[in-house]
Amino acid sequence: MFKQFIAVTGMSLRTLPQRIGASSVIVIGIAGVVAVLVSVLAMGAGFRHTLADTGRADRVIILRGGSDAELNSNLTRSDIDTIGNAPGLAKDSSGKALLSSELVTVVNVPKIDTGTDANVTLRGVGLKLTEVRPELKIAEGRMFRPAVRELIAGVGAVKQFRGLNVGSVLHLRNADWTVTGVFTSNGDIHESELLADVDTVGSSVERNGYSSAVGLLTGPEQFNGFKDALTTDPQLKVDVQREPDYYAAQSKGLSQAINVVGTTVAIIMAIGAMFGALNSMYSAVAARGQEIATLRAIGFGALPVLSSVMVEALLLSLLGGVIGASLAWLFFNGHSVSTLGGAFAQVVFQLTVTRALIVTGIVWACVIGLLGGLFPALRAARLPVAEALRAA
Amino acid sequence: MKYLPLIWATLWRKKTRTIFTLLSVVVAFLLFGMLETVADAFAHPDTGVTGADKLISTNKYSITLSLPFSDAQQIRSVPGVAEVTWISWFGGYYQESKNFVFALPIDTDSYFNLHKDEFIVGAEQMQAFRNTRTGALVNSALMKKFGWKIGDKIPLHSTIWTRKEDGSLDWTFDIVGTIGVKDPTQASAQSSTLLFHYELFDEGRSFGKGEVGWFEERVDDPAQSAAISGRIDALFANSPNETKTQPANDFTMAFIKQFGDIGFVLRAILGAVFFALLFLTGNTMMQSVRERIPELAVLKTLGFGDGKVLMLVLAESLLLCMIAAVIGLALSYAALPIIKMGLQGVKLSPAALIPGIGIAVLLALVVGAAPAMRAMRLSIVDALADKR
Repeated sequence: MFKQFIAVTGMSLRTLPQRIGASSVIVIGIAGVVAVLVSVLAMGAGFRHTLADTGRADRVIILRGGSDAELNSNLTRSDIDTIGNAPGLAKDSSGKALLSSELVTVVNVPKIDTGTDANVTLRGVGLKLTEVRPELKIAEGRMFRPAVRELIAGVGAVKQFRGLNVGSVLHLRNADWTVTGVFTSNGDIHESELLADVDTVGSSVERNGYSSAVGLLTGPEQFNGFKDALTTDPQLKVDVQREPDYYAAQSKGLSQAINVVGTTVAIIMAIGAMFGALNSMYSAVAARGQEIATLRAIGFGALPVLSSVMVEALLLSLLGGVIGASLAWLFFNGHSVSTLGGAFAQVVFQLTVTRALIVTGIVWACVIGLLGGLFPALRAARLPVAEALRAA
Repeated sequence: MKYLPLIWATLWRKKTRTIFTLLSVVVAFLLFGMLETVADAFAHPDTGVTGADKLISTNKYSITLSLPFSDAQQIRSVPGVAEVTWISWFGGYYQESKNFVFALPIDTDSYFNLHKDEFIVGAEQMQAFRNTRTGALVNSALMKKFGWKIGDKIPLHSTIWTRKEDGSLDWTFDIVGTIGVKDPTQASAQSSTLLFHYELFDEGRSFGKGEVGWFEERVDDPAQSAAISGRIDALFANSPNETKTQPANDFTMAFIKQFGDIGFVLRAILGAVFFALLFLTGNTMMQSVRERIPELAVLKTLGFGDGKVLMLVLAESLLLCMIAAVIGLALSYAALPIIKMGLQGVKLSPAALIPGIGIAVLLALVVGAAPAMRAMRLSIVDALADKR
């Protein structure tokens, strides 16, 4: 029977070029579905990656209790001092804790593509910045200096927002700020931000105090001790989180929404493509009616005929899936976009067509192909031999 | 018209094929309807008449920076400004952060004067609100969602504002009445609103006293909006708190634009859908004409002219596309309430579905063109001799 299967399948595939029109419908229809599915999911994946790549397990972020996000939070100078004395924080050579007190504000900077104002994060950071965040590297220009109105811009922000190149001047609240450098930061969310000295930012926005504190622990295992020390302190009311946990929570809502929308659209498209595949395979079976009847007449079984139709549908849809996924990868992988993230501020991220997404796309293609091929295959197998032959 | 039965009969010549083709075109138009209404809503967010006379003044440099309360007097004195009110962002939720409550501290007189005839509040409940310092007016949909009743004392958590009294982020309000909106298209945008007194908020918070989040203005003549905005901003030019005044609709639009070019993404998806569809339907039509060559030849023998045969095939394609488009668009119309649930606060307009009909005609002509030309050019002798 296996021999029969090979023979019938080989025959059907050899005659494929004669049915090029109908066959291309399957390929193109499925390529469309997979391209859309993979591109939209790549958006969700890129957003998630940007936030997931932010932070390390041995770094903590401290917010005022109940604040949810840095933008809402408020810590006083004495809070920061107390936090700096907590056990578990790494120290520099002079014995000072590696803790950056930060002040997060958003400023209006026009987006390059729309020209309308967008909320870009201006993060005031403490002097310990480069020790607390060693992944932060100046790619161009130089670091800002404290006490003067200078800032550095993330590479993501420079690509999406107007006037952030080295040497540009940003007018913020009655004062001009100079962009002195562009930084990279492992592709994390900080690349969407502007960084400057925390006290200079504070005086500019007339705010006493800080949004958050970011500290480096001597090791990830120190977290519980550090957290307990702060949360049991009656003088403090703070939430202590590992950085990756904080950023994962910030990204959850939007990446879920993108995935739901993407999958819904793709399911509806897939149904449409399935009807197309059904059509093509039915007409393929009709075109091969005499051939199939002849095969059945000379003793070929129903199963090899059925499988040959299925294999044809599957191969065509596989081709469609590969084309669709390749198109998505070719056009959109690494494409940089920005959106409003969880906390009222822009997040710049890149569409990421991951291997897993390509596999997902191809699996979808095969499922559509199998469903679209099944009923025509059944018809082929059940074709009444005598009638089909007589039709000739 | 007299050829309709003929066209109808040829359309259903191969039932399964026509049904499958029809269904895939239906799916395409269902997607078109769903995505296009959303894209349209993002491109033209509620430009209803209610919004045309409203301006909003925010801090020029950042929406998170506040403005001094004292600006209100100066703004009120600007010629053309009929009313000004001030609001702050409370960042409230009920019990869990997923239970977002659009809680706004308002100045009762100026707020309701500015939004004249927009809200429905019972006179007695309004009086109770004025008389109760900790009173709150709550949208009826929100009351239902959390099972609140008038008379309930409810705690709201603010993610921003600590109370002076005890440093906590939890504020308590007494529900004294419900608030509804007159314009039904605004119902979803207002569905999680809770209004409470600005006095309570300003006196109760531990920092930011005397500051407001933003000002809203109503102008006498919407045509003067730009000039009035300019006058307001000029008042505070070169002060530490410069303002940016714009029509409320523009403010919303700019905010929505921050999410990215949603319209472009949606239309790119539609492009992919229709491209695939073009092949599918085009192929079906081609096949159908190919099978019917002898019949078409007979028609021509009977005296049907080349033009008439061309029209017959085009009409068949048109009929197929129109039936499918109407079904698809009707389905997407039925799906509007579901989309609305997922996109709170966005106004979806069924009018966005109308271009779908035009697209159906275009699609019909494009996919019908090649087979129709083929049918037209058919020579009777060759066709009858089965020389395809």
